[in-house]
Amino acid sequence: MTHNIYLYILVAGIVSTLIRVLPLTLIRRKIKNPFIRSFLYYVPYVTLAVMTFPAIITAPQIPLAGILALIVGIVAAWRGVNMVGIAALCCIVVFVCENIVVRFI
Amino acid sequence: MNRSKNAFINGIRDGIPIALGYFAVAFSLGIVAKKAGLTPIQGFISSILNHASAGEYAEFTVIMANASYFEMAFVILVTNIRYLLMSCALSQRIDSETSLIHRFLVGFGITDEIFGISIARVGSLNPYYSYGAIAIAIPSWSLGTAMGIVAGNILPTAIVSALSVALYGMFVAIIIPAAKTDKVVCGVIIISFLVSFAVSKISLFSHLSDSMKISLLTVLIAGAAAILFPLREDEESHTVTDKEDPEYDA
Repeated sequence: MTHNIYLYILVAGIVSTLIRVLPLTLIRRKIKNPFIRSFLYYVPYVTLAVMTFPAIITAPQIPLAGILALIVGIVAAWRGVNMVGIAALCCIVVFVCENIVVRFI
Repeated sequence: MNRSKNAFINGIRDGIPIALGYFAVAFSLGIVAKKAGLTPIQGFISSILNHASAGEYAEFTVIMANASYFEMAFVILVTNIRYLLMSCALSQRIDSETSLIHRFLVGFGITDEIFGISIARVGSLNPYYSYGAIAIAIPSWSLGTAMGIVAGNILPTAIVSALSVALYGMFVAIIIPAAKTDKVVCGVIIISFLVSFAVSKISLFSHLSDSMKISLLTVLIAGAAAILFPLREDEESHTVTDKEDPEYDA
């Protein structure tokens, strides 16, 4: 079965709008349940980590370039480089690795 | 009225660096969108409605996998769940007299960065401040996505390959600073990397779509972490503190 891309976008748009809008319009008090609070706290980190690895290795043409980009990205983030800077660094690492370093191997 | 106008102008001013960063990152998101078969207009609409890097990335993997609409709803719920938290936090900072339409619009405009500058305002949040930032940042994000889809066709493979990791670089930029300050988060991220890698190699899971794997792993790992390492009362403001820095970058 093929799906309609506009319907996909609509579903995604409605769900993300509800997520963003419902607490602000409905909840006026802090969430007290420790499990829900803890779960919500960990969710973004797990999601982003799972999305990043191993996908960053398979995205470029050469897996080694992806591995190096990940390492450089982690080191740069650890040292406090900002988000745009890290994204740019990762791109440069892949470009250099795929187009320059590889020719000498 | 005058105060609202000033707030709007301040919002635009603070939104400019965010908008610049957004354009570049959305461009790389557009490359993913193109792989999923979206046209520039579809990418633009998607970014206006969803405006979330991780959320839209997940959205495009669902489209690529030709998965069900239900799966789309579930995946978006899981990947964007942090906005629920941010919306909760903003609900504490907005004047209790604020009308429903203002609450709706401020909520609709939440992104990591817009939340960051909004929550950093002193006193209660003037919705027009958020509107200013939204007015400049979200069109830039959407235009960047559309341009990425267009230019993905023109750019040479070497450039597209390099840009394909920009988004992951951004994800790393979000998770690593938190791992540095919170050992549990650091452990959770390492476990997530390992489990995610293992699952990608085990043929038993190969019939699951990427987006479903992401959602299932998130619920399982974050759930386990919440049971094993529940937050103490004083820990909860952690994420907010990070974003409170007005210099917090896009």
